[in-house]
Amino acid sequence: MKKTYKIEVDCANCANKMEAAACKTPGVESCTVNFMALKMHVEFEEGQDPKAVMEQVRKNCKRVEDDCEIYL
Amino acid sequence: MTKKQKKMLVRILAAAALLVALHFVPSEGAARFVLYMIPYLIVGWDILLKAGKGIKNRQMFDECFLMAVATVGAVALAVYTGSGDYTEAVAVMLFYQVGEWFQSYAVGKSRRNISALMDIRPDYAHIERDGRLETVDPDEVAVGTVIVVQPGEKVPIDGIILEGRSTLDTAALTGESLPRDVAAGDEALSGCINMSGLLKIRTTKEFGESTVSKILDLVENASSRKSKSEDFISKFARIYTPAVCLAALALAFVPPLAQLLILQAAPGWETWIYRALTFLVISCPCALVISIPLSFFAGIGGASRAGVLVKGSNYLETLSKTKIVVFDKTGTLTQGAFAVSGIHHSRLKDEKLLEYAALAESASSHPISKSLQRACGKELDRSRVRDIREISGQGVTAVVDGRSVAAGNDKLMASLGVAPIPCRGAGTVIHMAIDGQYMGHILISDVVKPTAGQAVAALRAAGVRKTVMLTGDGKKAADQVAAELGLDETYSELLPADKVEKVEALLAEKPAGAALAFVGDGINDAPVLSRADIGIAMGALGADAAIEAADVVLMDDDPLKIAKAIRISQKCLAIVYQNIVFAIGVKLLCLALGAFGYADMWLAIFADVGVMVLAVLNAIRALWVKNL
Repeated sequence: MKKTYKIEVDCANCANKMEAAACKTPGVESCTVNFMALKMHVEFEEGQDPKAVMEQVRKNCKRVEDDCEIYL
Repeated sequence: MTKKQKKMLVRILAAAALLVALHFVPSEGAARFVLYMIPYLIVGWDILLKAGKGIKNRQMFDECFLMAVATVGAVALAVYTGSGDYTEAVAVMLFYQVGEWFQSYAVGKSRRNISALMDIRPDYAHIERDGRLETVDPDEVAVGTVIVVQPGEKVPIDGIILEGRSTLDTAALTGESLPRDVAAGDEALSGCINMSGLLKIRTTKEFGESTVSKILDLVENASSRKSKSEDFISKFARIYTPAVCLAALALAFVPPLAQLLILQAAPGWETWIYRALTFLVISCPCALVISIPLSFFAGIGGASRAGVLVKGSNYLETLSKTKIVVFDKTGTLTQGAFAVSGIHHSRLKDEKLLEYAALAESASSHPISKSLQRACGKELDRSRVRDIREISGQGVTAVVDGRSVAAGNDKLMASLGVAPIPCRGAGTVIHMAIDGQYMGHILISDVVKPTAGQAVAALRAAGVRKTVMLTGDGKKAADQVAAELGLDETYSELLPADKVEKVEALLAEKPAGAALAFVGDGINDAPVLSRADIGIAMGALGADAAIEAADVVLMDDDPLKIAKAIRISQKCLAIVYQNIVFAIGVKLLCLALGAFGYADMWLAIFADVGVMVLAVLNAIRALWVKNL
């Protein structure tokens, strides 16, 4: 399953870091962060609950970049 | 400016003013330290805070951490050596924040610019209810609803016109102002502007499925498909920062220890630590990381404004390397519509012969008969015709104005005992016999688009080395078109499957690093579109299948746009490479200068912030594609 979320982040490198952090989160098959459009495209693994996974993704992103937000 | 940016600007200005003022206030010792710490903290407190959080989360090597270490280090050095020169540390922090502010301003500005360029999203739809117009959100309009579009308004949703007559301007979708006359029964595409009359339209799609929404969606998401350059840069950034930090660490300790232990000389700690700190200032990869996606974003935005939809940064990158362009003939280089292209050996006036042919064929709805009627150009008086007989596979016979007219192919002529003169042109030939006498023939062929020849020349000028045409048509017709347009290779009489094979063969023999683009109308060549390095669909306005199948979509069917698309991509990629080389080059140069003590922190901050500002300004150039 694929979903797109709106994000808030200030710098392009931070967006790259968010992408890396989101990709490493369990339950995430793949993830792309589009800094210019401020969007995060997440592809979830089979049978994962996007809500729960995204909570974790947000936590991990906040860890690498304190000043970011993902609108779930 | 957003609230955040305004606040930051105030902090920057306050700190800068204070710094200048302090320059004229003589102070010594601890008082001086305290005084200089005021502007430092005003402009940099959030950086220090973020650096602290980064350490807590074990995220070293982010920009905040580096800036914090560099500036705190510089302050400590000033205290330790007793020089009291805090200006440098405050200035580094100040300029770093100026850079960050500029970056956020520039990015926000280009985001807004591009969304303004793409400002074709209709905000409302009108529905007539009980004789009154009601304004509703286009999202809430169900399929089959009748909407009313007044002159000057955008058509919000795709549909069929029920009532009214008007002219639609498709400029917002195609980039070219080509007004289209429409009347009841015609299709109206969302995003067009209704120029003259009131239209009532029965919607055939939901808003989200309508042309305008699809296009916007496509453009907005295009930059999510990242190019190789972007991947390279994010990988580079991941290595670059830690590498420079390690180098800084080495620079701070190795040379002084070497001097101390091996040369038995004074270690010169201050010098080397200062050099290491300048390293940290240069280590931020901002300029690279921001300018590359920004260039692609601007390039894709500018292209879409010109009626060229590129579905991803990666496709823009490949498009710029196009060296072979393979065309489908019908609908791409030719109009895909039959038209009379010649009247030969006529014993009557050409118009007269054409009129007889049109009258004889007036009962038929075959495209060829239609083209005859169109070429004739006047209202046909059907009462002049009687006894129309269609002879399948041969043609028609009829009595026109009391004379017996036969219009058809060689077989028909043979059956009438008339000897036709063969035609040298390519296309469908209609021989005419009147009262048993041969009267000449009419040549009907697919018409080459007026700009096709120019388009092939423009492609050459844009660096395309080989142009190839594939067609299912006969060899004669194909070769004639190819010769007229100056194409390099032609393959005719191909079945759809053969086209895939031909493209695969061409892909196999192309040189490495060159890309092959296939241009088609997207209707029946989806397999070829997806097989080529870049699939370009033309005339896709309103053709969902084509938008789906292609990597690059040309909204109108002008073949000149192919070359334009390539030039746009080349400009964008040139900017990307300039930025990569410029940013990496300047940084490496400053690192080298810094290591040998020729660069102070002022130069380092230029390498960081100055380069970023220049790279961002350069990236925004990709948006301007009008004169390409």
